[in-house]
Amino acid sequence: MIIAQQKPVKDIAAMIADCKKVAFIGCAGCVAVCLAGGEKETEILASAMRIMRRLEGNPLETVTYLATRQCDPEYVVALDEVVKDVDAIVSLACGVGVQYLAERFDKWVVPALDTKFIGGSVVHGIWEEKCGLCGDCVLHKTGGICPIIRCSKSILNGPCGGSQYGKCEVSKDVDCAWQLIYDRMKKLGKLDKLLEIQPFKDWSKSRDVGPRRATREDVIIE
Amino acid sequence: MSFEPKIVAFCCHYCAYSAADLAGSMRLQYSPNIRVVEMTCSGNIDHRVLLNAFEQGADGVYVAGCLEGDCHFLKGNFRAKKRVQAVKKLLDEIGFGSERLEFYNLSAAMGPRFAEIANEMTERIRQLGPSPFNKAAGGCTAKEGEAE
Amino acid sequence: MQTESKLQKLLDSGHFVVTAEIGPPKHASAHGVRHHAEMMRDYVDATNITDCQTAIVRISSIATAVHVKDCGIEPIVQMTCRDRNRIAIQADLLGAYSLGLRNLLCLSGDHQKFGNHPTAKNVYDIDSIQLINAVRKMRDEKVFFCGEPIKEHEPRFFIGAVANPFADPFEFRVARLEKKIEAGAQFIQTQCIFDMERFERFMEMVRERGLHERAHILAGVTPLKSWRAAKYMQTSVSGMIVPEELVQRLKNAEDPKKEGVDICVEQIKYIKENIKGVHGVHIMAIAWEEIVPEIVQRCGLYPRPKVE
Repeated sequence: MIIAQQKPVKDIAAMIADCKKVAFIGCAGCVAVCLAGGEKETEILASAMRIMRRLEGNPLETVTYLATRQCDPEYVVALDEVVKDVDAIVSLACGVGVQYLAERFDKWVVPALDTKFIGGSVVHGIWEEKCGLCGDCVLHKTGGICPIIRCSKSILNGPCGGSQYGKCEVSKDVDCAWQLIYDRMKKLGKLDKLLEIQPFKDWSKSRDVGPRRATREDVIIE
Repeated sequence: MSFEPKIVAFCCHYCAYSAADLAGSMRLQYSPNIRVVEMTCSGNIDHRVLLNAFEQGADGVYVAGCLEGDCHFLKGNFRAKKRVQAVKKLLDEIGFGSERLEFYNLSAAMGPRFAEIANEMTERIRQLGPSPFNKAAGGCTAKEGEAE
Repeated sequence: MQTESKLQKLLDSGHFVVTAEIGPPKHASAHGVRHHAEMMRDYVDATNITDCQTAIVRISSIATAVHVKDCGIEPIVQMTCRDRNRIAIQADLLGAYSLGLRNLLCLSGDHQKFGNHPTAKNVYDIDSIQLINAVRKMRDEKVFFCGEPIKEHEPRFFIGAVANPFADPFEFRVARLEKKIEAGAQFIQTQCIFDMERFERFMEMVRERGLHERAHILAGVTPLKSWRAAKYMQTSVSGMIVPEELVQRLKNAEDPKKEGVDICVEQIKYIKENIKGVHGVHIMAIAWEEIVPEIVQRCGLYPRPKVE
């Protein structure tokens, strides 16, 4: 899922400083699961903003709403009434949701979250990045451990000379992905696969070619 | 100038709430500024409820849960404590200040301690003065329009 | 594959070579670099020119290499994958060769986190092994990285790579070295050796695979000025192993600088005489370039052989 984290409240407040009435729109998708932009977080943020503004002697009127998903036009349409008379919309979705709202409404739409990465839970309350969204998966070559995002240099023929005691040179808190890959390939009896020189990666399947698109012709409704 | 703080105490049924009962049967005097809200467990506390209490005009708020290790639901009190800490942090960030919010641990047998906490918190809030939202009203709550 | 590199000629004719390192400065004058080069000229066969080492901005390795070459030393241009994509790398390779630079050392490069621009975006379009392979193809197959032919004047570098016997997983280090040699590395410089026992084990594995016959291995050494420097390397530089005895020896020394040089001389002599398959030594006198001539002399490696 997409992992996001709330921006500092002061930064969010600055974005809506000149507004009188603001809609706080949460998203029940990924950001609700990673506890950044669900119903509860939306209401807490709205409450914090009201308190802050009241302390400044410049009260803020708020409306809150939880969209099923902000990355789907059909759910965004449902917001038409909610945001009708607000000066600004604070989206508690990932960057995708913010853009869908901005596209739909001729309003000042601002992000309350920083969209961090895609990953999963380690334990409740801790999330970790797992996939680099490179568009050309190599996990079958690396024992199911992604070198693109989990190696700080995205090396395909690792590990580099900075790997020591299982950790990355970048930080003692970061596992060396290539040590993990080595260990796993060894366990699976597939170390010989690591001796093949992996060719250049085709980064054109990743970013840098404008927004990527994915299509499933068979499910498109005419 | 007499200022009578309005304090909301969210009290766990298994400890603080019973301790309040006990304080009553022991005929202990404690601050009348406390409004007790009974909870099935302090672990039920929600960030939003704490914030709303302040928005609705509370001068002080505290949550009282069981002694550590004694929670009827095992870890509710630890969770409540963490949440209170998170809200305290938020209150500091938004300039409201975290001193008006507190978390306490006590047991059902601690009637005198319940009274002590009530007095302690009342005294603390009295020192701090009315909540910024009550200042204009000279200590009285001015209810402002909520969003919903 | 033969190149115009003097270093290659020396190595191929069986000489025990000496290379050193010159770190470009953090300003726009080559004065100091030229001074160091002139001082070392008669004592080393070639010098590495680092490429923004530890991700700190300095004069580019290619520009510095031209200064060094001008002073009469053959430079080894270091090229990292951190700052350039495959287009910029090739442009620099063509440029370097056109300037008369003949040796190239391919590395992935220190992560930018350690440098003076930790918020920079790194590139890592390709990795060091891919770079080695592609530079070899430029020379031997006359093609750009994309496969398009280089119609004339292909760059013909003597290709080097690095190996770190002190990084993990240890057992895989030799396998990865083989991968680099397979990709096209002709000479290998190792990370600074302080843990001689581990290096010997590493070389044993190298010999088992016959890698010392497929590439020239130069052992990396570093003279230490003080016990603090040793301690710093021991605790703060990843991919290094500095035995505690070494730190203590420097700590107890009356003249730590002299002791540091003594240790380095001992190491070089030991490697030269006892470790089979090592074809030279690479002296990384970090911010202590002046000491290189003395070390070379005391090791009996002076004068350096001439190449016709």
